[in-house]
This record gives sequence, structure tokens and C-alpha cells, in this order.
Amino acid sequence: MLQERYQLAYKLYPYERSADQDQDTPVRHPVVVLGGGPIGVATALDLGRQGIPVLVLDDHEGVGMGSRAICFAKRALEIADRYGCGKPMLDKGVVWNLGKVFHKEEKVFEFNLLPEEGHEFPAFINLQQPYFEQFMIERVRDLQKDGVPIEIRGGNRVDSVTVKDDHIVLEIMTPEGPYKLEADWLIGCDGASSPLRNMLGYDFTGKVFQDSFLIADIRMKADFPTERWFWFEPTHGSGASTLLHKQPDDIWRVDFQIGWDVDRKEEMKEENIRRRLDAFLGDSVQYDMVWSSIYTFQCKRMEQFRHGRVIFAGDAAHQVSPFGARGANSGMQDVDNLGWKLGMVIKGQAPETLLDSYNTERIHGADENILNSTRSTDFITPKSDVSKVLRNAVLQLSKDYEFARPLVNSGRLSLPCTYDGSPLNSADALGGPARTRPGSPCPDAPLGDTFLLPMLGNEFTLLTINADAPDTLEESGVQVKRVALSASDDKTGALKERYLGDNDSAVYLIRPDQHVAARRPSFDETHFRAAIRRATGQE
Amino acid sequence: MAFLNTKPNIDRPDDFYAELLSAHDGLNSDESQDYNTRLLLILANHVGDRDVLSQALAAASQKRE
Repeated sequence: MLQERYQLAYKLYPYERSADQDQDTPVRHPVVVLGGGPIGVATALDLGRQGIPVLVLDDHEGVGMGSRAICFAKRALEIADRYGCGKPMLDKGVVWNLGKVFHKEEKVFEFNLLPEEGHEFPAFINLQQPYFEQFMIERVRDLQKDGVPIEIRGGNRVDSVTVKDDHIVLEIMTPEGPYKLEADWLIGCDGASSPLRNMLGYDFTGKVFQDSFLIADIRMKADFPTERWFWFEPTHGSGASTLLHKQPDDIWRVDFQIGWDVDRKEEMKEENIRRRLDAFLGDSVQYDMVWSSIYTFQCKRMEQFRHGRVIFAGDAAHQVSPFGARGANSGMQDVDNLGWKLGMVIKGQAPETLLDSYNTERIHGADENILNSTRSTDFITPKSDVSKVLRNAVLQLSKDYEFARPLVNSGRLSLPCTYDGSPLNSADALGGPARTRPGSPCPDAPLGDTFLLPMLGNEFTLLTINADAPDTLEESGVQVKRVALSASDDKTGALKERYLGDNDSAVYLIRPDQHVAARRPSFDETHFRAAIRRATGQE
Repeated sequence: MAFLNTKPNIDRPDDFYAELLSAHDGLNSDESQDYNTRLLLILANHVGDRDVLSQALAAASQKRE
């Protein structure tokens, strides 16, 4: 009845019969999430931690095989940390700073990312996706023990969806036969080929790139440096480009760009993959093959992410090419954005229209990601002769001339977008640093033994720096807590640089997803009450 | 004598690269070459300085072994 669409790495949520299957009338759940991948589980963590019962359905019983998304950026880690599972990811992950770019037979330049100091999390880590998912599910299990209302049902495939005025009816297939459920809200986190999107007939349009990549994960005990190598037109003849990346457990990811018209079956034969690897690594390097796959890529998105009570997040809503690691990372930002809004709507603290701002803000984010990843793709796989001539000229010049190096684009690291122009922002009344203007994700800052970000988020916060304000504030049903800091907390000056600029003091209204909603040099009750209403869709 | 600036000097380089590429949309190979040549002459005139232009001419003629 249920067919495996892919092999599992770990069975983490085996099918168990639910009492819902024995009811005469379908049981109603406040929130049902389709898909138990990283984005679905993150959604469950966000809502469950707010005390909202959430049910995750997945036709499989665990985490899929293969390293897949291996690069997790700072913002995704900060979000995971807010859910309580960022540290194990950081401990397991690999951090690299040195990148080398090769063209044909020679290295053209190398770069050191020199990350900014004073952040708890690095710019990114390399970590196999199954670990990322496993750490989140372990967090779910811990929270469940504390009574947090999250349930994950494996072996539950949704076969039909009927959208009613104020709920959704789901027909579900299990190894023991079908049953029905109802949901007040349905969140589609069921991946790029989203069955939910297809069942409801929503469009998913964009650009398909005419190229394919062969991924090989190999285990090397050899003393290979922890660097990222990107090779354009490699003379080892293994493809039009090759990327080498380190992962935990002595595993290396090698990506070979192999063209559009390839015989997938032939390319996937171990002897053929080894032939490419040997040409790239040299005959003397010993390795074991761990996993391999061929992927093609596209940049697409839905026209709208919210359709009434059905809301899409992650790859189901938008798909990008892998360059720049904007897939799973942007999906985590979707959840970060959606979680508190849906929570407030369900609790009656905000009007349903607040959810339209999820649509506006995350489409803005998706478009930024699609733009960046399309540009990287155009550089890595030039689509015309002139584009290839230009690309190669940039690479040739980059060897001797520094000016050409910023033009080399082998992927631009995923950075969270600033929701400029969002209807939830209040006008900037501080004129402080641009990076913390309304709409921005709060940058971290060191505060002695701790950091700023863990003090923010989960609820609305009034961050005061060298300024007075009430310790709590309630406006239109929204509770706001205060975090009070002063110059004496800021030993490194990072807080001043990131939040004050030329000002002596500042008051920030910060959303539950750690984005800035409003700021001003000092507390003004009328101003901030209006800002709270605006940030919750009540103005 | 003025010197050719070979340090990064273009604001938002990815935007520039994309704009340059899109200028070639719909052009065939000959048209693209013509376009690049016109662009080169326009930029050279903007630079103006003969010393800088000579250094740029030399910089572009890379010896490829």
C-alpha cells in the first residue's frame, strides 16, 4: 500500500496505530504539517514550543539517505538554537574558512572568509542533512517528554485534500488502511515535488537549468586539508567544474558537473564514478564510496505561499539551485517567519491577515535567493558562448588582478534577507546602523560570557541599550518583555557598532523571529504601542 | 604618471556582471563581439589617460603558457 520513494538513513518515526484511526468521525487537529523533513520538523518545533498542538504526517518512517544539503548557514543555526538544537549541530559540523579557486590546470586564487568576530555561530558549517534532521527530531523527543504537544506519524501518506471554509479534510493511507482527519491549518513542507501542491493544482514556475551534477560522498583517511576547492574546467577531465567540500566523519563531498545529455545509469556505475574521482584526486589517494547521486536543478517558486488555511514552506514553496546553500537555509527562515504569526492567529492575538505578511516577506526572501543562485548558476554553467567567454576572462584575470576576484561566482553564501518595505515595519526613528534597520534579522553580539541572540526571540522583546522603558508592556493582547543592556555589558563594542552607531542609546522592538520591527533613540509609549500593533497586523 | 587601478572598484559586482550579461541577450556571436568592442571604446574614452590606457592594454594581453 505504501511504497518507499527513497531509502532511509535512520528510521526515526516508525508507523504506530493512532487512536484517530479508530474514530467514527474524523478528529480535528489545530495544525497538520505535511512532511517530516527538516522544514516540517522545524515547523513542529516552533509551534509546539508555543503550546500549539501540531501533528506531522510523513509517508516515510524516518530520515532519507544521503548527505544532500550539507551547508548550514549562521541564520539557520541560530533558528535551530532558538528551538534548542543548534549546539549539537555546531559540535558535529565542520567549519572551513579557506577556499581555493582553480581554472584549468592551475590555482587562480584563494580566499579566507575571515568571519566577523562576536557571533555565537560561525558563518556556516558543513553537516550532512541526516544529522541536521536527527538533531531536530531528538529535540522533539525531549520536548515531548516535557509535555510539548508535538506528534510525528510515520507511514501516513496523504492521498487527498479537501479544502472547506474553515478547515481541511485529509484522507490518509497507512500500512493498516485509510483514515480521515481534519485540520484547522495545513502546512505543506513536503519538498520540491510537493504532492500537496500538485493535489491542489497550484503552479510552480521558473527556470530549469540544462546541466546535471554527479555527487560522490567519499571517506578519506588521508591528510586532506579542510578547504573548499572549486575547479572550473578542470584538466583532470572529470567535468565542466568540480567542487570539493569536507563533511564530518572523514567524508568529502565531490560534485562533478557532467552536462545535460548524460546516461544516468552509466554515470552512476561505481567504476565510472571512480574513474572521475581517480582523475581528480590522483591514483595514490585511497577512499571508500559512501553515497552518490545525480541531480539536475531549477529555480522555481509558487506565485503565493499562502492559500487561505493552506500554507507552503521550504522547497515545496520555492526551489533554488544548490549554489550558495539557499535551500534548507531559506526553508528554516520560512518556518522562523511563519511560526509566531500562525501561533498568534491561532491564539486569537492577531488577525488572520497577519499571515499575509508571511507571504510578502518570504516571497521577498525567495526572490532574493533565486536571483543569487541563478547568477551563480549562470557563472558556473554559462548558458551562451559570450557568457562563457566573459566567465573565462574573469577567471584568467583573477589570477593576477584582484579586481576580478569579486566577480568570480561559485556560490554566494546564504544570508538572511532584510524585510525592507514589509507592512510590519515601523519607519526607522533611530537612524542607526543600516544592518539593524527595521526588517533586519538581529545580528548577534557578545555580552561577557553569553550572547545577545539567546536573550531575544520567542516573544516580542523591547531591547533597551542605555535607555529606560517599562519591564513589561501589553498592547492589544500582545505581551512584550524587556531586555535591558547598557554600555557596561558591551566589552567588545560590538553591540554599539551593530545597534547604536552614532547614537548614545536605543530602544528596539524585536519580533519573536529576532527581526527588528521598530527602533528609536528612547522609549516613547505611543510610538512603541503603535509599532506593536503594526508588527502584529493590527494597524 | 597615473596608474591603472587593479583593486576591486565596482560596487555590487554581481549586479554589474548580471547587467553586462543581459546586455548580450538576443545577440549572436558577431553582434556580441561588436557590442564588446563598442563598449571597450566607450570605456577607454571615459578613462582618457594615455598612460592608464597603455597599462590596461598590457594587462589584458596575458601570456598563457
